[in-house]
Amino acid sequence: MPVRPTAARITIVLTLAAATALTACGSGSGDDPDTVKVSFKQSTDNNIKVMDNFLADIKEEFEKKYPGKKVEFIPIKAPDSEYYTKLQQMLRSPKTAPDLVYEDTFLINSDITSGYLKPLDDYLANWPDWNQFIDTAKEAAKGENGKTYGVPDGTDTRGLWYDKAIFKKAGLPATWQPKTWDDVLDAARTIKEKVPDVTPLNVYTGKPAGEAATMQGFEMLLYGTNDGKTDPLYDSSSKKWIAGSQGFRDALTFVETVYKEKLGPDVSDALDPNFGTRVRGELLPQGKLGIDLDGSWLPQDWLEGSGHEWPQWSQKLGLAAMPTQHGQAPGKVSMSGGWTWAIPDKAANPDLAFDFIKTMQTKANAQKWYVANSGIAVREDVANDPAYAEAQPGIKFFTDLVASTHYRPAYPAYPKVSTAIQEAMEGVTTGDASVEEAAKNYDEELKTATDDQVIEK
Amino acid sequence: MRTIIRVLPVTPAVVLLLLFLAGPIAYCAYIAFTDLQLTGQAEESFIGFENFRTAFGDEAFLNAVWLTLVFTVVSALIGQNTLGLALAALMQRASKPVRTLTGGIVIAAWVLPEVVAGFLLYAFFRREGTLNAILDWLHLPSQNWLFTLPILAVSFANVWRGTAFSMLVYSAALNEIPKEITEAAEVDGAGGWRRMWHITLPMIRRSIGTNLMLITLQTLSVFGLIWVMTRGGPGGKSQTLPLFMYEEAFQKSMIGYGTAVALLLLVVGSLFSAVYLRLLRTEV
Repeated sequence: MPVRPTAARITIVLTLAAATALTACGSGSGDDPDTVKVSFKQSTDNNIKVMDNFLADIKEEFEKKYPGKKVEFIPIKAPDSEYYTKLQQMLRSPKTAPDLVYEDTFLINSDITSGYLKPLDDYLANWPDWNQFIDTAKEAAKGENGKTYGVPDGTDTRGLWYDKAIFKKAGLPATWQPKTWDDVLDAARTIKEKVPDVTPLNVYTGKPAGEAATMQGFEMLLYGTNDGKTDPLYDSSSKKWIAGSQGFRDALTFVETVYKEKLGPDVSDALDPNFGTRVRGELLPQGKLGIDLDGSWLPQDWLEGSGHEWPQWSQKLGLAAMPTQHGQAPGKVSMSGGWTWAIPDKAANPDLAFDFIKTMQTKANAQKWYVANSGIAVREDVANDPAYAEAQPGIKFFTDLVASTHYRPAYPAYPKVSTAIQEAMEGVTTGDASVEEAAKNYDEELKTATDDQVIEK
Repeated sequence: MRTIIRVLPVTPAVVLLLLFLAGPIAYCAYIAFTDLQLTGQAEESFIGFENFRTAFGDEAFLNAVWLTLVFTVVSALIGQNTLGLALAALMQRASKPVRTLTGGIVIAAWVLPEVVAGFLLYAFFRREGTLNAILDWLHLPSQNWLFTLPILAVSFANVWRGTAFSMLVYSAALNEIPKEITEAAEVDGAGGWRRMWHITLPMIRRSIGTNLMLITLQTLSVFGLIWVMTRGGPGGKSQTLPLFMYEEAFQKSMIGYGTAVALLLLVVGSLFSAVYLRLLRTEV
């Protein structure tokens, strides 16, 4: 049977041809040594072009500085949680990995563990500007092995925004600084009674809000329940996650009170995935929200050119630090996160990518960026520059909070722990679960999420 | 020799099928038995049936299975199927302009992309939405439907969107019934309902089977519509299996577990299909 081998050969040839065709589909233009591909999170609000504009300027500067080199942007237009997913999928393969990515400190450790990112220590050692970055910010991008994987482009803090006009109508003080949680709740109760057509107090909650619920909502409460020095979520000495704490139940009780007494937004609004956009775009500018527990970045939506210009905000809104539970030291609490620029492990042009970081992070450009996106400086030279502190109302207030701020235990299990927190919040928000039940469910979820690395405290 | 020559022309197609279809499915089946994560893990390992054990011990999974069944039965088997048949039957007798108009409206809902349909129905059901505006006008109590009755709201959305398909299938089937048979029955004194029950339904039995199978499979995999309207909320009250799978795989990064859930969804789909195939096989 001399024919068989031929048929077999034809099959092999066809398979190879198909395989070649497939590979050709995938590789594309990924390996151009003169092009640096930059991925970033584009706002889902079409009017907001803060980052697009900033990066376009940097691209121009970069291409002038390095003749023959090109910058190609790969914007990802998605809400936070979907942005992370998309990015992680891209980072898995050298065919899709960009040269530079925008990473939330929330996930950076998780992605480091997966081997998605390249350590930057060799680059940083030869970059004098690195000494200008404050230590806490450097910590945020460090892996458990002590190597640094990202260059932070600012941080953020959180506090209470309040509407001065509503406060006046309710007979509350024009300059307000609550000392305890009860002060916050009492102010909200007064607003509910005296100004019935507005939402007294917004605390983000539930899974639809995602990490905003955990960080702006729950953790702003939880980190104010203890002495302000030890982490109430993660015990670093035993490297275990904390279950069953009184502080956890107290924070849940606060959330329950807000929604049970109808001090917060209508539950169905609070659980609408787009509620955050409405708070910034409608409720606050239209004077329909009394107190908002939210981040330092809000004004970036109200800047000129943002589409929702509201330059008067600094006269209409007041700022207060979030107090600790009973007013115990240090008296106020804030949480910090922020984003970093990181180079994927599978990047084709890592050197060029770092050159792009250096161009973005000159003092002048960094300062321009902090001001443009209402970020808080992580560079000392910028923080000490009076031009920065005066660039915008509120910057000084939020920069001062850095002294009493906390960073999340952003270890690989954190995203799952965060989801478990959101589920517990959602339970007490809708009234489906009591505080005890929600806390008990959290403890069980925590065991699954962390592979039983749990300690009772 | 002859077999080889006969097989040769289909070889490229078979190779492509293996590469693009069987390959990914086999890979998925493998992943379902590992603890692969999207992030936070250096290397995955083979863990056998662990993912499936987890699923059956997971209240959220059982909740999703239940909601998937409710969603499929209410929106596909009852809603789309009967409404599609009713519309097709009524349109047989309707005048041409009425037929064109009704057909146009129903098919427009079907032609719309899933996400757009989702937004339309979100706008219809939300608290300041059209439905509540109508209820207010009628002095009836309004409520946030997406919050109080999420699974029924998304089921209604799926009926609204998918009925056209059943209507088309049944219109074609009804046109196939020879006029003489119906006329003969009419002459023998059979009323509308009797004709429907004893003649029409038995004669379009095979179309019913095909239609049920197709709309069931379509409905089992509905994702965009529910995602846009409720994201599976509030509190998981409209989280069907595709949404549960998405959350586990992509939001909690548990790709292995999510894939296992997807395989289970495949099993649910094949169970339904097996039932319908039996229905198809029995001849009248």
